[in-house]
Parts: sequence; C-alpha cells; structure tokens
Amino acid sequence: MSRINELFKQDLKVVNMGLESFYNDLKAQKVETIHMNWRPRAGGNPKMLALLKRLNTKK
Amino acid sequence: MVLYDIRKNAYYDSVTLMLISKEIKQIEGVTEVLVGMGTELNKELSSNLGLGGEAIDGLSPNDFFIAAEVSDEQVMAEVVETVARLLTQKKASGDSVYRPVTLSAAKGMIPELNLAVVSIAGQYAEDEVDRLLEENIHVMLFSDNVSVEAEKKLKQKAVDRGLLMMGPDCGTAIINGIALAFANVVKRGPIGVIGASGTGTQEVTSLIDRLGSGVSQVIGTGGRDLKSDIGGLMMLQSFDALIADPETKVIVLISKPPAPEVAEKILKKVSETSKPVVVDFIGGDLEMIRKAGAIACISLEDTAYKAVAAANGKSADDFAGFEMSDSEVSKIVSQAISPLKPSQKFLRGLYTGGTLADEAMKLLGNQFGGIYSNIPLSPEYELENLNVTGKHTCLDLGEDQFTVGRPHPMIDPSTRTERMLKDIDESTAIVLMDVVIGYGSHENPAGEVADSVRKLKAKVGAPVVYVASITGTSGDPQGFESSKEQLEAEGVIVMPSNAQAVRLVGKMMHALAQKEA
Repeated sequence: MSRINELFKQDLKVVNMGLESFYNDLKAQKVETIHMNWRPRAGGNPKMLALLKRLNTKK
Repeated sequence: MVLYDIRKNAYYDSVTLMLISKEIKQIEGVTEVLVGMGTELNKELSSNLGLGGEAIDGLSPNDFFIAAEVSDEQVMAEVVETVARLLTQKKASGDSVYRPVTLSAAKGMIPELNLAVVSIAGQYAEDEVDRLLEENIHVMLFSDNVSVEAEKKLKQKAVDRGLLMMGPDCGTAIINGIALAFANVVKRGPIGVIGASGTGTQEVTSLIDRLGSGVSQVIGTGGRDLKSDIGGLMMLQSFDALIADPETKVIVLISKPPAPEVAEKILKKVSETSKPVVVDFIGGDLEMIRKAGAIACISLEDTAYKAVAAANGKSADDFAGFEMSDSEVSKIVSQAISPLKPSQKFLRGLYTGGTLADEAMKLLGNQFGGIYSNIPLSPEYELENLNVTGKHTCLDLGEDQFTVGRPHPMIDPSTRTERMLKDIDESTAIVLMDVVIGYGSHENPAGEVADSVRKLKAKVGAPVVYVASITGTSGDPQGFESSKEQLEAEGVIVMPSNAQAVRLVGKMMHALAQKEA
C-alpha cells in the first residue's frame, strides 16, 4: 500500500512553514499542528546557500 | 521625505506584512509606504515606489524594514509605533506555543508529522520540500515561483517514495476531511477529487456538498502537473491512490486541457478501474474523454452534478440550464434589463478566481463580439494597459499584474474594490463576479462586494446590474447563507453556481442586444 493510502487512514499531524494564517485555520479545525519559525537559511545569502547545499550533498 | 526603520534578523511572513502596509497607508501624512523583508522583489518594489536607497539595497531577506514617504519625522514615529502594535496584535492572535526553527526540532515536538504545508518564498521551497520528502512527510506546496525543473525533481522523488507532493502553486486540498489552505468545509462522502486548479476544485467540491453528497479526499496537483514537462506525475500518482482507496467510489479529475500525451496517459488509467471517473478538462475535447470510458463534463457545475449522480449509481445528462424555471429566469432578465439606459452596453467580469474567470469566457464564447481580458481565450482579445473603455471585459484579479506587493484578492478584496470603482461607470450594463469563501479566504468577501455595490449606486448615475455566484458551503466560516443575504440586500442577483451566473448574464446580453435593435 502506498504511503498516500496510509495517510488516508491516519490523523493529520501538520507542520506549517510560511503563512501563519494557514496554521490558525488548521488549529480552528482542531488539527494537531505546529508552526515553524521558518526563515531563509544562511540569511538568504545565495552564495552561502550554495555552499551549504554542497556540504550537505557530500555527507 | 523618505525615512526608514530597519530591524536586522526579524522575520515576518509576507501576507502579514502586506496587510500591515495597507493599514499604514491610511495614516495621515503618509504618501507611500512599504513594510517588508529585504528580498530582491521588495527592493525592486521600493525603488519603483520611489522609496529605494542605500539603506534598502544592503538588506538581506532576513531583515525587516519600513520605508515610508512621510511629511515629517513625527509621522514616521507614528508609522513605526503602529507597525509594532499591529505586529504584536497579529502575534497575540496566535498562541504561545514554542515555534521551532528547524524541522528536526518540529519532529521532536510532534514525532509522527505526516504532512507539511509550505508557503515560504518560492526560491527557498525546493530545498525545504526535498528535506521533507526525505523524511517521508507528504507535502502541500502553496508557494509559486518554483522552477519546472525543481517541480519535476521533487515530484519524481515523491512518486518514488509513494508520497503526495501537491504543488507548487497548489491552493486547495482536503485531506481526511481537513481543509488545507484555500478550501471549503465539505461533507465527507464517496467522491474523490484530483484538481490542477484551485478555484475550479473549490467550485466543484462546494457544489457536491450543496447537492447533498460529499468528498473522500481532495488532492491538488498544481497547475503545471498536466503539461508535458511534468507529465501528470502527481495526478497519476493520486489517481492510483484513489483507485486503491475503499472510501472513494467515484473519481473526479479537474484540469485545464492537458498536453495530448499526458491526457492519453491519464485516460488510459480510466480502463484500469471499475470506479466511475468524471472528467472536466475545462473547455477541452469531450469526445476523447468519452472514448476512454470516462464521463465528460461541460462545466464545473456539470462536473459536480455528474459526480453526485454517479455516486448514487445513476447517470446524468449535461446540465446546461438553470435550477429555477424558465419563466423565473425570463422575469429576472427583463426586470434587470428594462431600466438600463441606452449608454449602458458593456459587461464587466471581475473575478478573484482564475479558473472561474476562464470558465465564464468559455461559456459566453464569442457571441457578443469577444471579451477582452488579461487571460484572454485568444491573443487578439488581450487587454492592453488594462484599459477597459468601450469593450466587454473579464479580468482575473489574481494574476501577477494585480498582486505585486499585495496579497491575492481572495485574501485582500481591496484589489477588486479598486477595480470596481474604476471600471464601473455609465457605460456598464452588467457586472459579473465570483465570491469565494471558505478557509484561507478573507473573513467576509461578500460584505466587501456589498459595500462596493453600495458606493457605486451613489456614484454611478445608471442602474447597473450585478450578478454573482458564491463558491462555498454553509459549513464555511463565513457561511454561504449569510454571504448570500449580504449580497442580495444590495440588489445583487446571486445564482447557485458560476455556470448559472454566466448563463444568466448571457441571456441578459441577448436581451440587451434585442433592446438596442
């Protein structure tokens, strides 16, 4: 059975990354959810991001 | 004078900041203002607004700034204070639960995370989604500005792992009865929906609810899924899941016409299931769908009717008419048209939902000499400089040219309010609108439309006809009935679906042409 069909039988447990209103809507529907304090990695610096990515792929 | 307030390393989401910008503009002494993060887009926007400068150029996307053209420093102090107050208010409306900075910290708090809703700036989305899929977490990716290459890579990864990767630019899904992003409160039931169009999916699922049936799952794919580049990866993957899902008795597919080879792959799957498959390739080839053994539909509403019939073990004819009787329709048309002045000739479609605008133009066709638009059916009807004078028009207000630096009109109806006040005048005969309610949407879009209609009645010295439909259900936070009442109180004719609203407008346009002749 695919993971999608497994998901259909589970309670949703949602991580929200970005617009907080989506998190509030999930809370209003009594979904177990968590809002991440997301911010761009490496301060959004494209050079640093590329370096980090290379480091991660080498792992 | 242009003044700045900058806070390094303070991150807020874009919609919150755009809504704050709007409120700050109301302060006396403020001519122009931008409250935002130091992204490239915001730097460009501030320079376009005449607010640019070295202070802004050196910022990173993690830096928060206020740039304002104000009459004096005292006004700026008021701006800074108001922004701070609004930001605290927005925070206070949330809760005091700890907000983790990393995914592993989030997993520490809820170990069995199984779905992520991602709406961060598009350029950062690929890395984050990749990481989520690595963790076998299903993803709904609301963000746009994600490259086709990234989409293909992420979807392939999701397919390999048997996961959902809905999006990018996926606005609507209902999983296990939970509305995600822009979705309505739809009863649970036997119909499984896969949609490549957000508002199209909202219209079909809301009508399924109003027809007394319900949905098992509603999966979004993002608008590009059925193009050759992506090859329908997520629709095919979701199709398999709904075929295997015991709760789903009928499968509905909604998309703009797919690339031919993708349509072929999808329709081939129809033969692999004994479940009825109802297909709306909006404005596409119906014969191809019928040949494949699927049920072909002529509108979003027709799709809902046929899906509900199939769920009840019945078949349904094309629904191309009205729920009310012919005589009632004729009465509404003549009552609306007879007071119009000879100067009132033109149609103004003002839509917040792109697919609904597209459907309106397709249903009206070319019979009234063509409808000009920012999303025209053919290039000769492309609207230049958004100048609507002297022609029929139908606008999709969710397109980029209307949304730079402001939220989508379904969240912030002021885009439509402004267009209404600008585009509706003594030459306007009929105004056609959608009102999309549900989670994600503004708290009272119908009230905003009703307010604009009230203002226009005072401003325009001619009896303009307003026709609308509401995409939503009685279970939605804004409420279908209360939305309808607010519109009707201002004389707006509210039809049961977009298709019926459009058909009614078509009849009015014919009556108007006859009156002129």
